[in-house]
Amino acid sequence: MSTSDQLVVNLQTVFGDTIKSLTVAHGEVTLELDKHTLRRVAMQLRDDPLFHFEQLIDVCGVDYLNYGLAEWSTDNATATGFERGVQQGEERIQVANLDRPRFAAVYHLLSISLNQRLRLKVFLDGEPPMVDSLISVWPSANWFEREAFDLYGILFNGHEDLRRILTDYGFIGHPFRKDFPLIGTVEMRYDASEKRVIYEPVSITPRTLVPKVIRRDNRYVEPVLAGDKHG
Amino acid sequence: MAEIHNYTINFGPQHPAAHGVLRLILELDGEVVQRADPHVGLLHRATEKLAESKPYNQSIGYMDRLDYVSMMCNEHGYVLAMEKLLGITPPVRAQYIRVMFDEITRILNHLLWLGAHALDVGAMTVFLYCFREREDLLDCYEAVSGARMHATYYRPGGVYRDLPNKMPQYQSSRWHNQAAITQLNDNRQGSLLDFIADFAQRFPKLVDEYETLLTDNRIWKQRTVGIGVVTPERAKALGFTGPMLRGSGIAWDLRKKQPYEVYDQLDFDIPIGTQGDCYDRYLVRVEEMRQSNRIIQQCIEWLRQHPGPVLLDNHKIVPPSRVEMKGDMESLIHHFKLFTEGFCIPEGEAYAAVEHPKGEFGVYLISDGANKPYRLKVRPPGFAHLAALDEMVRGHMLADVVTILSSQDIVFGEIDR
Repeated sequence: MSTSDQLVVNLQTVFGDTIKSLTVAHGEVTLELDKHTLRRVAMQLRDDPLFHFEQLIDVCGVDYLNYGLAEWSTDNATATGFERGVQQGEERIQVANLDRPRFAAVYHLLSISLNQRLRLKVFLDGEPPMVDSLISVWPSANWFEREAFDLYGILFNGHEDLRRILTDYGFIGHPFRKDFPLIGTVEMRYDASEKRVIYEPVSITPRTLVPKVIRRDNRYVEPVLAGDKHG
Repeated sequence: MAEIHNYTINFGPQHPAAHGVLRLILELDGEVVQRADPHVGLLHRATEKLAESKPYNQSIGYMDRLDYVSMMCNEHGYVLAMEKLLGITPPVRAQYIRVMFDEITRILNHLLWLGAHALDVGAMTVFLYCFREREDLLDCYEAVSGARMHATYYRPGGVYRDLPNKMPQYQSSRWHNQAAITQLNDNRQGSLLDFIADFAQRFPKLVDEYETLLTDNRIWKQRTVGIGVVTPERAKALGFTGPMLRGSGIAWDLRKKQPYEVYDQLDFDIPIGTQGDCYDRYLVRVEEMRQSNRIIQQCIEWLRQHPGPVLLDNHKIVPPSRVEMKGDMESLIHHFKLFTEGFCIPEGEAYAAVEHPKGEFGVYLISDGANKPYRLKVRPPGFAHLAALDEMVRGHMLADVVTILSSQDIVFGEIDR
C-alpha cells in the first residue's frame, strides 16, 4: 500500500462525513472541505499522530470564472471551418456555467515526520468570498493569506493584519481575478509640468497573440478517468 | 517627565543591504528593534498572471526571472509540474544533465549568497573570491544555452540540447595579449564536461579558501553566532524550508526524502546545524557547496559513459529537429502547431516541488485542458522566510537586522514574482 493510499484510508476513517470529496491524482491527495469545517480539520491534521502536518507550505486563491472555456473553438471546425481567434482590442470575459462557487482557497500541507503531502481545497461563495484564517494553526499562513486577499479579494476571518502585500500602495481591485484585465486599469508616468507622478487610465489595448484552445485529446482520456475513479 | 516614543526608521527600498527592493519599517527602542514590517511587492510583475495568458512552453523563460540567481532550478519546478500532468518522463541522460545543472545552480546561488552575506557583515574580500568562481559557472550556462543567466534550458520532456563538445574560448584583444589568452583558455580546450570536471576538481580548495577567511574569524563569529536563533519547532511552524530549516537542525531535504530525477542514485550528505543561528546557516550552506560538488562529479562520470537522447521523441510535446522539419510533412505540421498554438495539457492539477538552493520551490498547476495554464501558483521559499523576519529580528540590534536578512538568502524576484 503506497503512502497516498494509506493517507486516504486514514482521512476517511478520521473525518468521515466532514469530507466533501477526496481524490488522488498523480500521486497527490486532494481533500475538499466545507469552509465551516476548515479550521477544525486543519487543527486535527496538525496534531493527530496519524497525519502530523507540521507545515503549511502554501496557500493560494483560484478563480474558476472561465474554467473550461476556450477563446477559439475547434470541435466543429470540420463542418463549419475555423472561427477567428481573439481580435485586437476585443476583450471578452466569458463566464463559465459552474455548478460550484467561483472562488477556491487551496492549501498545501507537508508532514516532515511522516513524509507526506496533502492538498486542502475549500470552495468559497459570496462576494467577497470569506473563509476562516489558519494563522492560529500555522503561523506561516500569515503572508500567504495576505497574498490571496490581495490578488483575489478572499477575506480571511481572524487574520489580524490583512493588508495588501504585492500590489502598489493604494491599488484598487484584485488583479488575479479572471475579469481583471492583464494590462491593468491604470498606468503611471512622471508629469513634468505637475512635477509629480500621476496615474491615468491605460492607453494601450489588450492583445491576444495565441488564443486559448482546448483540444480533447484521445491519448489522455483513459488516465484522467482512471484518476477520477480512484477517489 | 518627557514622553518617550519608539523611533521609526525606513530601510530601503534602495539600500545595498536590502538585497534588491525591500522596504523595511523598523521600530526602534534606542538601537534595539521592537518591530519590523517588511513591505514587499516592489518588483511584482504578475508572473503567474502572465503565464496564464501564454502557451505553456512560452513561460519557461519567465521562471528564470523569478529567483534570478538560481535560474535553472526555477525552470526545473515548472517543467516537473508540466511533466507530471502530461505523464511523461524525460530520458535518463536529460535527468542527469538536469541534476548536474541544478547543482551548478546551487553553487552559483550559494556563492552569490556567501559573497553578499559577508559583504553585508563587513568582509569585502569574500565577495571578490566568490565572483571569480561564479564567472566559470556562468560560462557553463553560456556554453549550454547561449545565455549567461536566463537560460530557458529545461523543456518538458528533457533539456533543449545535449552538452556541447567544445567550450567557447577567449579571443585576444587590446587588453589581453596572446600569452594571457593562452593561459585563460588553458582549461577550455576540451568539451564542456572537461571544463566542469576541471572546475569540480579545483573547487574544494577554493571553498577552503573562503572558510579560512570566515569560519574561525573572530569578528565573523561575533557578528553571527547566537544571532537570529530559530528553534526547530518555530522553523517548522513558520514554513521554513531548505538551509533555513536544516540550519535549525531538521534533516529535511527533498532530494533525499522525496527524490525526483536521479537523486536517489547519487551519493551525497545533508548537513544540518545545531543552534539555528546565522553562523549555523552559514556552515550549512558552505557544506552544501561541497556536497553539490560531489554530485556534479558523479554526474560527469555518468554522462561521460552514457551518450543518448536528451529530449523525448514525442512530437506532440517536443518540437522535431530542423532537419526533420524541412523534409517531412508531418514534422512540419507538428512544428507549426507547437509554435503557433503550443500543446494542450490534460485537465487536472499537480504540485511539483524541487529542492531549490533557497528551500522548497513549488509549482502548483491547474489545467482545464487548454494550451495555457488555467492557474499557475509559484511557491517561493523566500516568501515564508521573509514573513518570519519580524519574529527573528525582535530584540536584536539594528546592525543585526542586516545580518539576519542576508542569512535568509532573500531574492526579490521570487518573493514579489
